[in-house]
Amino acid sequence: METDSLVRLLLLLPLAGAVFNGILPLFIPSLRHRETLIGTVGTAVVAVPFLIAAYLFAGFHGEAHVANFYTWMAAGDFSVSFAYRVDQLSLLMTLVVTGVGALIHLYSVGYMHGDPGFWRFFAYLNLFVFAMLNLVLGDNLLVLFLGWEGVGLCSYLLIGFWYTDLKNSAAGNKAFIMNRVGDFAFLLAMFIFVKEIGSLDFARVIAEGPTMDQSTINWAVLLLFIGATGKSAQIPLFTWLPDAMAGPTPVSALIHAATMVTSGLYMLARLSPVVLAAPAIMNVIAIVGALTAIVAATIAITQNDIKKVLAYSTVSQLGYMFVASGVGAFFVAIFHVMTHAFFKGCLFLGSGSVIHGMHHVEHELHKDGHGHHLDPQDMRTMGGLKKYMPSTQKTFLLATLAISGIPLLSGFFSKDEILFKAFEAGTTGMSAAWFAWVVGLVTAFLTAVYMARAYYLTFEGTPRWPHADKLHPHESPWTITTPLWVLGILSVVGGYVGIPAVIGHGEYNLIHHFLAGGHGPVAERAVEAHVSLGTEWGLIVLGSLVAIVGFWTGRRLYLKDGLASDAALASRFGGAWKLWQGKYFVDELYEKIVVRPVIGGAEKAFAPFDKYVVDGMVNAVGYVTRAISYVLRYLQTGLVQSYAVAIVFGVLLVVGMMLFG
Amino acid sequence: MEVTLNWYLTLAAVLFVIGVMGVLLRRNVIVILMSVELMLNAVNLTLVAFSQSMADPAGQILVFFVMSVAAAEAAVGLAIVIAIFRSRLTIDVTDINLFRY
Amino acid sequence: MNIPYLTSIVIFLPLVGAVLTLLSRSVNTTRWTALVVTTVTFVVSLGLWTGFDPAVSTSDWPQLANVWAGWFGPGVDVKYFVGIDGLNLLLVLLTTLLGPIVVLSSWTYIHKHEKAYYTLLLILQTGVTGVFTSFDVILFYIFFELTLIPMYFIIGIWGGEERVYAAVKFVLFTLVGSLLMLVALLFLGFAAGEAINGGVFTTDWYTLVEFNMPAVQQGWLFLLFALAFSIKVPLFPLHTWLPDAHVQAPTGGSVILAGVLLKMGTYGLVRFCLPFFPDATHEYAMLFAVLAVIGIVYGALVSRAQTDAKKLVAYSSVSHLGFVVLGIFALTAEAMQGAFIQMINHGISTGALFLIVGMLYERRHTRAMADFGGIAKSVPVLSFFMIFTVLASAGLPGLNGFVGEFLILMGSFKSATVGSPWLIAIATTGVILAAVYLLYMVYRTFFGPLEIEANRTMKDLNPREVLLLLPLVILMIWMGFAPAPFLARSEPAVQDLLRKIDAKRAQSAPAAEEPVSMLYDGERFTPAPSVR
Repeated sequence: METDSLVRLLLLLPLAGAVFNGILPLFIPSLRHRETLIGTVGTAVVAVPFLIAAYLFAGFHGEAHVANFYTWMAAGDFSVSFAYRVDQLSLLMTLVVTGVGALIHLYSVGYMHGDPGFWRFFAYLNLFVFAMLNLVLGDNLLVLFLGWEGVGLCSYLLIGFWYTDLKNSAAGNKAFIMNRVGDFAFLLAMFIFVKEIGSLDFARVIAEGPTMDQSTINWAVLLLFIGATGKSAQIPLFTWLPDAMAGPTPVSALIHAATMVTSGLYMLARLSPVVLAAPAIMNVIAIVGALTAIVAATIAITQNDIKKVLAYSTVSQLGYMFVASGVGAFFVAIFHVMTHAFFKGCLFLGSGSVIHGMHHVEHELHKDGHGHHLDPQDMRTMGGLKKYMPSTQKTFLLATLAISGIPLLSGFFSKDEILFKAFEAGTTGMSAAWFAWVVGLVTAFLTAVYMARAYYLTFEGTPRWPHADKLHPHESPWTITTPLWVLGILSVVGGYVGIPAVIGHGEYNLIHHFLAGGHGPVAERAVEAHVSLGTEWGLIVLGSLVAIVGFWTGRRLYLKDGLASDAALASRFGGAWKLWQGKYFVDELYEKIVVRPVIGGAEKAFAPFDKYVVDGMVNAVGYVTRAISYVLRYLQTGLVQSYAVAIVFGVLLVVGMMLFG
Repeated sequence: MEVTLNWYLTLAAVLFVIGVMGVLLRRNVIVILMSVELMLNAVNLTLVAFSQSMADPAGQILVFFVMSVAAAEAAVGLAIVIAIFRSRLTIDVTDINLFRY
Repeated sequence: MNIPYLTSIVIFLPLVGAVLTLLSRSVNTTRWTALVVTTVTFVVSLGLWTGFDPAVSTSDWPQLANVWAGWFGPGVDVKYFVGIDGLNLLLVLLTTLLGPIVVLSSWTYIHKHEKAYYTLLLILQTGVTGVFTSFDVILFYIFFELTLIPMYFIIGIWGGEERVYAAVKFVLFTLVGSLLMLVALLFLGFAAGEAINGGVFTTDWYTLVEFNMPAVQQGWLFLLFALAFSIKVPLFPLHTWLPDAHVQAPTGGSVILAGVLLKMGTYGLVRFCLPFFPDATHEYAMLFAVLAVIGIVYGALVSRAQTDAKKLVAYSSVSHLGFVVLGIFALTAEAMQGAFIQMINHGISTGALFLIVGMLYERRHTRAMADFGGIAKSVPVLSFFMIFTVLASAGLPGLNGFVGEFLILMGSFKSATVGSPWLIAIATTGVILAAVYLLYMVYRTFFGPLEIEANRTMKDLNPREVLLLLPLVILMIWMGFAPAPFLARSEPAVQDLLRKIDAKRAQSAPAAEEPVSMLYDGERFTPAPSVR
């Protein structure tokens, strides 16, 4: 009972915050500029749920608890409730969501200061947390879907937050619609479960899902995976995420790095027993994940917009997580979700801090009337920021090292575990896992390179913005640096919950024990023969080497030479570089094969068809009627006597028929 | 020579046809109205004749109805004729063709 | 609380109000009379909600029924017979709720012949309420036709530039269908009277439901009835009157048209076509489902191509009502329930969309999306309501539209009649397309730079406008998060209807073939030769 009310509070607080920050200022404009009030309420309604989640976590004894509030909808044999499940997986996700969420809310107080939409921003952000909590806590697919679409909505609203620029709104539309494509598949998967199982409750789906016939399972899992590709930006639905960087940076950190984009992984982990029953589709997942990882990593190397680099890096890291899911190591995927939330959150917030600073420079340039236009996100105009923004630089470096997989930092443990699991699955007969492993290693190298590039171009070297001798950015206020440090430290130590079995003799891998062992809700692929200890050590060394060599390569290229190395690489790789810089021209391809045909078809074919063919037939009936009456109207002479003659003949006819008929 | 029923009927038929021809061929509205009266009275004649020959008074009663309807019709008809004459200064039916296509 | 003749009061109160508005002397009195009458009607109609007990079966007799058997004269069994069951309760309430909202929305929108306008509006409400509550087919028909005349004038007098064309088109379309339906219902009445009512022509719904006619006749009558209702719905390809009527009608007219008039078609399908002609329903279910799915996709695509915001919303109705028709012909409780909740949802959210487009029109005297752009900055409250409604209309979970769409698609997916996965998959793309065209409208109208001077000085919503949108928004949330009370109202009636259909089907089905015994030869089963 106590847990029930805590869960209720946990869910309702962010919602109340959204209402308070959104509806009240909407109708009472004087409230709109009360930044302290709005910021405090907005942050508190996420921070308190974090404390609640921590309390629940501390008192958790390994037994899942379901809080069933009320029946959402019931029709015929179908019934679904607002029920929430507190177990290992949902608690972990809740902690990440509210913890990172609260930090980012705090960060936003500083970052969004002075924006006329301050209130709106916090309302959307609170609403996002509410939706995300529904997503991770829901006890059935439909509540999960409620959160799933809810976060999509908030993502749409926040990407297009600065709506006066149509580009931002267009990016929002793109995100929403691409997500909807995924949701379409998700819906179909739910229909399959309802038809075959008669319920969407996780307990029943997990228990009875694997007993459906094989092709049905395959379809269901494939559709779920397509749903996940939409939300988690995988091939083929990944192109919305880089565009989503149009939103304010805290949004990119919270939604498009730490939480929302990982919900596809969460969903697969939640339904892991069903996914495991479809080995064919797991191959697909592993391959798609691996391809996404390398495709995004290659693009990331060529981008100049600091947020775009991080966005493609996110896509790439999500690809890793899908590799983990594909080889049946769902808990590792969740582990990487967690560490990724730390270091990518930190990176995005750091980039936000940098942008904040560069904005200041741009502002000063304008004020002095130098007439320079400066894109505050373009790394080509940065450099040497280390001197001016020490906290930002240090935390950014920590996170960069973590994501690159430098040994003993958080990213190292989770990424290494993914590669190990892929290798292990490969040795036990899953051929797609070999592919994923090789691609994963290459991507690990690329990751280190592009992250080193981003770091060195931004913070090291000499400043490249105009009048750098006179103008320089300042370090951001404490509301911005505090979250940076917290996340920076977490990206260092966050990995120690998942120390590989070989180092810690299995007992230290807390996350595996917590999620997948004992009562844990996450299933894993059964492995018949374990890899030998020596091999495992070898893999760890290999992974570390790849990361270190990669980072070292990046350092050599970009520490001194900066932009010159870009030019050198571009000429060296020629066509490939162009392809990467053009993002494989996927957007252009979609424009050509999907958007143009649909929209053009609607405008050039369907609408005219409706107007001239369907409606034309209706009007044709009218014209025919009119044409007939045009002839017949000549009967209407207007002469009474001609009508009388007709009557007489009519009478004679009738009488004649009566007499002789 | 006895005047049988047939004689009355023949006379009525002749009157009726004259009335029909009058309605169809004359152009003066008043004459047309008079022709209509003629048709009605032809019918009246048959009614009375049948009534007499079948010894049933119902036919004669019907005649009164017809006469009253005829009177009403004449009144309305003439009123319309006067109204038309006032506005169009003619009572020639071939000139009154407002409903021509 | 038990008011006698409650149902009849709800039906005829607006008619009394119509007389009152006719007698009123100033424009202000007219408006206030109309507002008071519709509000009172709504309050009274809440008695239907409290007075209706979903636990009591309405399979033999409706609740809150009022009957006047001698109404039509002797010799025929045509009654004044109205009542409430789970199928019509919510639709009646939707009608009475939209009443005051429509009056309020017309407050400053209607500038000429106000007295006639409000009188017609009130007559229209009586007609619509009567349609939903009639349990006698002739009575239903009379009310059905009664709605036509006021709507004709509302479009034809207070409409836009092409109003006469639109009004005539609307009337001709509907008349074609309903006259054919009249023929069918006369035939049905005589046939039923002959067969089960001692030779007395009957149009009593409960009698007709018991009457099972030969499959061939069912087919014809079903098609005649269904044609009339499909035109009203409107089902592809009979929909072209709708965009014209919607675009030309004044805001209030559009709201009523979208909110309740279209539901007369879907309601008619459920109330009459399905239980009267179950064999034919099964035979034609796939045809109608395919047309409905075409309508979903086609309506959405055509909607995306529009440049006029009102026309876009009008075409979205074609798409949304496609879902309802699909749900009806799925013949599963889930889908049917979804269809009913979707009828209400569509009334609320599309009604609200028309209201907001009307408000934009009142401010700028244009509906072309190109004339707007960036107005989220100048009219934040209006934009909030618009985006909120758009999301409800696009079926965002947590708002009303999702409940209907989900139940319909899910119920259709498991349906025996229309449950082809591919068909349902195509129907589900409607969810994507809804986002495409609705977000496009928001994008074109509300976002971007605020470039046009007239948009910059646009006034935000006044309290009257907020007041009339607020109940709709509250309902969107309520029905999104807690649709259970609404679903519970119609659940027994829907189950009962489906049972009736199955029972009639079983009755008319040829005696089931004897089960064939199978022989197993170690590899496969083969039917055993008959041993007769």
